[in-house]
Amino acid sequence: MTLANQAGMTVAKEGTNMTVAIHTDIKEPSAVEGTAGLEEKVSVRHLNFYYGEFRALADNNVNLYKNKVTAFIGPSGCGKSTLLRILNRIYDLYPNQRAEGEVMLDGENILSPRQDVNLLRAKVGMVFQKPTPFPMTIYDNIAFGVRLYEQMPKAELDGRVEDALRRGALWDEVKDKLDASGLSLSGGQQQRLCIARTVAIRPEVILLDEPCSALDPISTAKIEELIDVLKNDYTIAIVTHNMQQAARTSDFTAFMYLGELVEYGDTTQIFTNPKLERTQDYITGRFG
Amino acid sequence: MAATERKDTARYARRQRTNWTATILSIGAAGFGLTWLALILMVLVVKGVGGLNLAVFTEMTPPPGGAGGLLNPIIGSLILTVLAVLIGTPLGILAGTYMAEYGRYSKLTSVIRFINDILLSAPSIVVGLFVYEIMVARMGHFSAWAGAVALGILVIPVVVRTTEDMLLLVPNTLREASSALGLPQWLVIRHVAYRAARAGMITGILLAIARITGETAPLLFTALNNQFFSWNLNAPMSSLPVVIFQFALSPYQDWQQLAWTGALLITVTVLGLSILARVLSSKKVLT
Repeated sequence: MTLANQAGMTVAKEGTNMTVAIHTDIKEPSAVEGTAGLEEKVSVRHLNFYYGEFRALADNNVNLYKNKVTAFIGPSGCGKSTLLRILNRIYDLYPNQRAEGEVMLDGENILSPRQDVNLLRAKVGMVFQKPTPFPMTIYDNIAFGVRLYEQMPKAELDGRVEDALRRGALWDEVKDKLDASGLSLSGGQQQRLCIARTVAIRPEVILLDEPCSALDPISTAKIEELIDVLKNDYTIAIVTHNMQQAARTSDFTAFMYLGELVEYGDTTQIFTNPKLERTQDYITGRFG
Repeated sequence: MAATERKDTARYARRQRTNWTATILSIGAAGFGLTWLALILMVLVVKGVGGLNLAVFTEMTPPPGGAGGLLNPIIGSLILTVLAVLIGTPLGILAGTYMAEYGRYSKLTSVIRFINDILLSAPSIVVGLFVYEIMVARMGHFSAWAGAVALGILVIPVVVRTTEDMLLLVPNTLREASSALGLPQWLVIRHVAYRAARAGMITGILLAIARITGETAPLLFTALNNQFFSWNLNAPMSSLPVVIFQFALSPYQDWQQLAWTGALLITVTVLGLSILARVLSSKKVLT
């Protein structure tokens, strides 16, 4: 059983207890105020997702805007991570998981069978909940992905590694021990190493799946600062259980519940003046 | 409160007695097993060390009554083992990789796993007879190749099993993380999964070597034996287990002594490999 599958099962259980169906009216995310003039980097339309027979996402519509941070919030099992895992098709690794609908990246449907998933994943990087350094040196953790796409002299590669580690706000802590194992770092450092690794291959979109849930407050603060800097160059989506984190880091927020995208809008508006009662209940901690 | 009420119960005394009995029985059982092992090792060392001298490693097996050593069976065993590992390891690793990575969710994998388990516990003499039929009988003579193939077949299931087990222990998050960088599956396996599972996989190969080092039955039907030194892989080849088998059954005192010494050599080798395997598997990552 995969993690995602278990997540799916949770929704199924919660779903049976639900008596009131929720209906959302997000058919056209670009109608949301504050998005005029922004470039749609990723647009999700009528997206359904299935773990086997179970439908984990129902008719999701949402946009990621270029150089903006979009946060996905909602109770456990609502489909936030599932949605994120569709954007780089990492779900493809598992049988019996399939997506229906459209996910447009720069106008191309990435769900199309003709899409080369490896090229897609080079463009859409992902950082996971648990830090996942590779069992190799700190240097190689970064250089590994770079070498895959580009051939370059050693000096240039060194530069790329340094640049990535600086962007990951890790350089000062590791510059003297690049040959140490990536596993020798602390949890927070490992997570920043993973962010640096993702940045090193120069993606366009970065997906962060609860990147701070295993970290202490100081490391969390570092990563939040990092997100703020990174959005100058990248389009970012972040899944988080931490309401304050969503409010602090994001420009837009999507609230999800039981596989549906309940409300989507400008972060300030969602947190100060949500349109739907359910959103209000969740962000004020009345449930979830 | 509850703790004070519990003070005197007969039940507590009974549990303590049961605990003592179980502990004593367990220690007794472990001691029983270890005693025989210690006795075997002791006899082996006492009888084997006496014959240990330089000639053992530098001279050929002697005719009865003559002086000699175990040079040709030692070299023969080394050649056969190396060939067997070269034959069995790639097959085993590839099969294990298929089962853990490419075919993890397929029915074929459970079928392979079941058959592999049978192969793992198949009597080695059956493997010897099988290779005798397909190689020795057709070629018309015994050969080192046939011996190596027979031992190679014994290596495969051990390596398949450990490779699959070790790869399954590699967390999926690591696979996802490397796939998320855009790595095609074969690179994920080669650079990340193998690296994370390396210590365990090497341990598996060492255990396989330890297993075939002492095998006699499959060699009797395949490589047979050779009284002389030979590099020819198409001819019969001497090996330690077969020489021990032959010499130990002989009525000649000096042959019997060489058999004891040879047995000691094999035991020490297997012991060394097992210790090495232990050390490697206790280190989680080799970077």
